[in-house]
Amino acid sequence: MRAHRIVPNSDENTVKIMLSKMGLSSISDLFSDVPREIVLREPPNIGEGIEEEELEREAREILRLNLTAEDARCFLGGGIWDHFVPPLVDFIASRQEFLTAYTPYQAETSQGALQAIFEYQSLICELTGMDVASASLYDWSTALAEAARLAIRVTRRRKVVIPRSAHPERREVLRTYLRPLGVDVVEVPYLGEEGTVDLEALEGSADDAAMIYLESPNFFGVVEDSVEAAADLAHSRGALAAVGVDPLALGVMRPPGEQGADVVVGEGQHLGSPMSFGGPSLGIMAVRGEMRLVRQMPGRLIGMTVSADGLRGFTMALQTREQHIRQERATSNITSNESLLAIRAAVYLTLLGEEGIRSLGLKLVASSAYLMRRISEIAGLEAPVFSGFHFKEFLVRAEGIDWSEIPERMARSGFLGPLPIGRWYGELYDCALTAVTERLTKEDMDSFADALGEGVRP
Amino acid sequence: MRDYRQARWRLGEDFLEPLVFEMKGGGGSYKFRIEEGILDYLGVSDPWQLIPPDLRRDEVGLPSLTEPRVARHFVRLSQMNYGVESGPYWLGSCTMKYNPKISEKIASLPQVSRIHPYQPESTVQGALKIMFELSEMLAEITGLPHFSLQPAAGAHGEFLGALIIRRHLEELGEGRRDEMLIPVSAHGSNFASAAMAGFKVVKIPADGRGRIDLGALRAAAGERTAGLMTTNPNTLGLFEDGILEVAEVVHSAGGLLYYDGANLNAILGRVLLSSMGVDVAHLNLHKTFSTPHGTGGPGAGAVGVREGLQDYLPVPVVRREGDRYVLDYSVPKTVGRIRSFYGNFAVLVKAWAYLKMLGSEGLRTVSGVAVLNANYAKSRLEGLPGVEVPYGRGEPCKHEFVLSLEPLKRETGVRALDVAKRLMDYGVHPPTIYFPPIVREAFMMEPTESDGLDEIEDYVRAMEEILEEAAENPESVKSAPSRTAIGRLDEALATKRPILSWRMYENKRREEEGRGPG
Repeated sequence: MRAHRIVPNSDENTVKIMLSKMGLSSISDLFSDVPREIVLREPPNIGEGIEEEELEREAREILRLNLTAEDARCFLGGGIWDHFVPPLVDFIASRQEFLTAYTPYQAETSQGALQAIFEYQSLICELTGMDVASASLYDWSTALAEAARLAIRVTRRRKVVIPRSAHPERREVLRTYLRPLGVDVVEVPYLGEEGTVDLEALEGSADDAAMIYLESPNFFGVVEDSVEAAADLAHSRGALAAVGVDPLALGVMRPPGEQGADVVVGEGQHLGSPMSFGGPSLGIMAVRGEMRLVRQMPGRLIGMTVSADGLRGFTMALQTREQHIRQERATSNITSNESLLAIRAAVYLTLLGEEGIRSLGLKLVASSAYLMRRISEIAGLEAPVFSGFHFKEFLVRAEGIDWSEIPERMARSGFLGPLPIGRWYGELYDCALTAVTERLTKEDMDSFADALGEGVRP
Repeated sequence: MRDYRQARWRLGEDFLEPLVFEMKGGGGSYKFRIEEGILDYLGVSDPWQLIPPDLRRDEVGLPSLTEPRVARHFVRLSQMNYGVESGPYWLGSCTMKYNPKISEKIASLPQVSRIHPYQPESTVQGALKIMFELSEMLAEITGLPHFSLQPAAGAHGEFLGALIIRRHLEELGEGRRDEMLIPVSAHGSNFASAAMAGFKVVKIPADGRGRIDLGALRAAAGERTAGLMTTNPNTLGLFEDGILEVAEVVHSAGGLLYYDGANLNAILGRVLLSSMGVDVAHLNLHKTFSTPHGTGGPGAGAVGVREGLQDYLPVPVVRREGDRYVLDYSVPKTVGRIRSFYGNFAVLVKAWAYLKMLGSEGLRTVSGVAVLNANYAKSRLEGLPGVEVPYGRGEPCKHEFVLSLEPLKRETGVRALDVAKRLMDYGVHPPTIYFPPIVREAFMMEPTESDGLDEIEDYVRAMEEILEEAAENPESVKSAPSRTAIGRLDEALATKRPILSWRMYENKRREEEGRGPG
């Protein structure tokens, strides 16, 4: 056994002292219970260990091959966004007390994390207009799947209705999660003109549904204008109404809590966390304050309580829902979640505050409206493709053009995006998804529009 | 003489740090400006005109605070939290080892943090290469040749593993196999994951030595058996020395052997999972491979499978084609997608960096010292009054061990919970308690390889003092802790009267005020 810099007792002398106090002579004595025939003679070959400076050099050498949103301007979205991360968020999240701690099982020594997560839950409730938010799930897609499982338990029904305009990867995840339960996932079409859900089709599929889901903005960036009608429909048929949201839209737009939603899910990566190639992300879930819903929530919930010394404090609440107590009857298997991203979101939302979240929402509305119009003025391009109201994202159509080569071409011109969507929507094979963030200037958008015009020219 | 105090910011009569909603505002605010020319171009004077009136929102309800106030608030909260660099953190089954800072530095490079999952493959070759190399290293370490890095956590990996088993059995026309065998000492998530994947759970008892009861396993295994989920070493910290027989029983019944990697740290570089007969396994990169836990996540739960099961992995899979790396979506019998995108990439980078730094020899240093420390600590603690070792007496443990404080409770009325709370007053993090459920008043201790001998001795001394205190003055231990930010919390109340958000809190207060005093 070789001594290592990050392993305190690994030097020969200390090992000898410790072994001799136990009356042993060799580390291998401690592995005498492992059947001899499976003990490895040589360690697995993963190469020689290297020192930090060499490791950093090697990492940089490999990572140099990545084109970043610093090198290029990022117009990609679809569930992960390059929004600005205030430096204070990184500063707080790198405090070892938050970065390295485990799940706060021992509340008295973990008040900081517990209060920060309680604040995250509370801030999400304010944004969404709901009463109870979970301490985090893995991402939007698994939050959607968990919402469906919740609705199935609450209603004891076996059908889930979801629009085809919801993110394709989320629909795939939903199917993966529900397949073992034998639950039907019914997809409803979108309106070809508006890009919003086809309400009539929704109504036609609503019978016996456990959950009716709307995503707003949907995958095409279109804001659903009939969330209330869908929620009413769900309730009239005994289903739960679930809504998927981009929380940044809620600074300026009506929250699902005011529109009849029972469950809200969404993505929180861009609330103060970087893109990181799509993970880690932050699954948001919030419900109305009815105990029949709260008791069926998946994963951790932080609640308020009091201490023996008479102080307000925080601790994990309603743990009998969870796997470590309820085992196979738990509401979910989730254990580790995305806590640090929840804390990041708490810092982000607190720092932005009322004024910040509203001005950000307006800026995103203005920027996307600007870019849509700029692109639509270019011959051969149409934007947006749908007539509904768009938030932050929209489709560009280049009629009759196959987009598959265009992202590479755009990357060479210094742009990330747009995202061709033909692999998910055959009928929209000549469309691509574009997103804006507050990082993009007017000049960035102008040059993106021009490059796109060049890019699609045969 | 040690004297520990956790920071305690008591800023109100009945609270510590106020909630962000209770803090006073004033001063400027974060503001995003719409660039000149944009509104003109759109022909509006006010951006609100761009939003249909019936969709507009008047008020959100977020606080309005300046940056210094926000910074102080969250720094104070962090000071009232205990991390791995605060001190010993023997939280059994959680592998709270030191997280190297070089991993953090690399993961914070823009080439990791600011790349988008939908970029063209040609622009993320570095990211794909790191994922590919990590998969290769995990394959070497486990003997399982094919990996998916998608799962966001260990339990997510378990769910994926169970789905793979299910899908494989369906392919074989063995879909009637709907029972998952799980030892009673397993992590709670095993049971929940199996159930989520549609299996009936059949619990397998432990034998007198704390291992899977082979007789009971033989009796339970049959034509309904889909598999067995095993943790080795198990949650008692004991190596399942009958693992080859266990695998034989499961395989000859037609089931698959699943391995929960939560305890891999004990045998890192010493045993291949494949040689134990494992078909499917998940590894907790946030445990064994030293990525930080972040107060509960993000983690990463890589899943490896033996030859013949790779066609069920979730899409996409990272592959090498010549000198290029690609995301392959053409996995013929895939279980589907279990999340958006490709995994917790930033976490994967940290695990990659850790393994590069350890190298082949370092793997054994980690497991060797983790097991050495655990055995040393166990040998120092097992003779103390009030403590017994219900399983594994007189034989080596692996990376952790489980004490029972049942004798202490019997003699003094002081429970494992009380001792855990008092440990906090010594500046250490308590062990996992009341787990596994087959041990009464369980104290599950995992020192990891990151504690020095002097720190282990300090921990032992703290235990000695507490056990003494329990004998002399049990009430004082029962009232612990007193040196943490807050005293003992009423956890039952948080469930009996749930207040889960600021708005619920406000509603409760309004209700109570409405009722008036009395």
